[in-house]
Amino acid sequence: MKARKAIPVNEPQPAPEPGVGALRARGSVRSRRGRRNLTAWTVLLVLFLFMGLVLSPFLVVAMNAVKSATEYSNLGPLALPRHLTLEVIQRFWERVDFSGKLWNSFVISGSVAVLATLFALPSAFALGIGRLRGRAAYLVVFIVANTLPHEALAYPIYTFAKALGLYDTRLSVVIVFTVIQGAFGTYLLSSVLSAFPRELVEAALVDGCSKLQLLVRIVTPVSLPTLAVLFTFFFIWTWNEFFLPLILLVSDARQTVPIAVSVAQGQHNVDATMASASALLGFLPCIAFFLLFQRTLTRGVTAGSVK
Amino acid sequence: MQKRRVSKVLHQGYGPFLLPGLLLVGLVVGVPFLTNVVVSFTRWTGVGWPRFAGLANYRRALADSTFWASFQNNLILILAVTVIPTLLGLVVAMVLYDTVARRFGAGAVSVLKAGLYVPQVLPVVVAGIVWGWILDPGGGALNALLRAAGLSGLARSWLGDPATALPSVGGIMVWFQLGYPLVIFMAAVQRIDPQILEAAELDGARWRHRFHLVTHLIRPEILVVVLTTTIYALKLFGPIYVLTRGGPGTATIVPSYFAYQAFFERAQVGYGAAITTLMTVIILALTAFFIRAQHHQERAMEGR
Repeated sequence: MKARKAIPVNEPQPAPEPGVGALRARGSVRSRRGRRNLTAWTVLLVLFLFMGLVLSPFLVVAMNAVKSATEYSNLGPLALPRHLTLEVIQRFWERVDFSGKLWNSFVISGSVAVLATLFALPSAFALGIGRLRGRAAYLVVFIVANTLPHEALAYPIYTFAKALGLYDTRLSVVIVFTVIQGAFGTYLLSSVLSAFPRELVEAALVDGCSKLQLLVRIVTPVSLPTLAVLFTFFFIWTWNEFFLPLILLVSDARQTVPIAVSVAQGQHNVDATMASASALLGFLPCIAFFLLFQRTLTRGVTAGSVK
Repeated sequence: MQKRRVSKVLHQGYGPFLLPGLLLVGLVVGVPFLTNVVVSFTRWTGVGWPRFAGLANYRRALADSTFWASFQNNLILILAVTVIPTLLGLVVAMVLYDTVARRFGAGAVSVLKAGLYVPQVLPVVVAGIVWGWILDPGGGALNALLRAAGLSGLARSWLGDPATALPSVGGIMVWFQLGYPLVIFMAAVQRIDPQILEAAELDGARWRHRFHLVTHLIRPEILVVVLTTTIYALKLFGPIYVLTRGGPGTATIVPSYFAYQAFFERAQVGYGAAITTLMTVIILALTAFFIRAQHHQERAMEGR
């Protein structure tokens, strides 16, 4: 989960990964690198086979997405494609207007990432740097706002969105997730900011810097790496959201990628190759994000999952 | 005098920075949530005004076998989302750390770690669609594979058979979840001083003992994983929606999908609100337990 994965990132600058690299360096320095005996090779083989098994669904999907429907019906899902064709993918793309879905997902996730970061920054500034009285209680409010099941908010949000004329607009989804993600961001960023160098804050304030200037000129620039992590997470989490967008975005033209592929899957005239094309198009953007943000992501997921 | 002015400069004037955030949380999360709680005490079709109904929805839930089935299924899914991936993640992390890293180097470790993490980057509904297609009874890859291997007797409608539907969803969730505990635990074992393990090995501690030692040392991370994934499991909706719609019958119904049906398919909004309020109570209780356990653990670790 994902926000499902609410993992606190507590360190402002995660320590340069000491881990495996350091371990190996250290081992080789002392020439204590373990022996590669038969057991070790077997373990390695089993692990790679296991990884192959885990990755095999992606392979099968990709393989069948580039087959023609006739080839599929003649040779089945396990045969390697004889002729590569993008025809099915193209047909699915046009049918669901996939460019439009990508654009919707991109606009919604991008707006949420920007706005939720802007939401988290001042609140976290007040709690982490300002150390307001009742800080712990406020933090509980923010973390609970993020943990509440969306199911328990859905119907009222649906009703209010209708009443306000926001139903079936991308804006409604942006507003809701800006607050839900921003609440988590506040919790996370405030614990990062509570480790902000006090001398810097005090020196600036005593020199007559206003609180706003402190936030904009000093705290924000120093926290940029953490803000980048937050931004990336907000973007991907929002991209992957399903329940509330499903409820709020009913018309085809406003749907996001996960909703479009799930809707297409339920339709009767979708054959097997097209289903795999839809799955492929559903996961390709996420694989792209993964490759793009791999460092940020693993740093964010793991850094200081524990204080 | 001077000192007080300095203190004022240092400590006051932060309130306005918090206010917008609090207001937005109140409006967008607080008000809908409280409305939902109020609605749970009413009978409402979603049209017109709700009528007060006291505890009727809650009484109804307790007497509703589908409601209980949904929670029972949820417990089984916790097995698939939390218990199995956590245990498997521990073993794999330990093997990567203890065997692969030392004998084959960091390259092999990062390839394996990244490869096993890939399912985690998907939206869970897309994971569901990938597997729904593989498990398709007619043209799906799994049955084709079984037939090709001469095991056609095992081929079946995996998601359409009440006996295999929930285990299939569970299997998909194990596949999907494994990378998360793995990455967290891999990060955790790296803060362990390698000398502790080397010493244990020199003392002749077997793999199993070293595993216990490592598990003990990374308890904080295990706690984080167990609780975040349990909460996640309780909210599971997407895979059920795309794979089974709760069926066949009530074989894979979960509370969130049950509530969705009450809200949007059956126009029993009060009942849906009651179910989601109960879900919230459980999740908040778990969160509170989580925060307490973390404090407790921190204190215990500092005490040493």
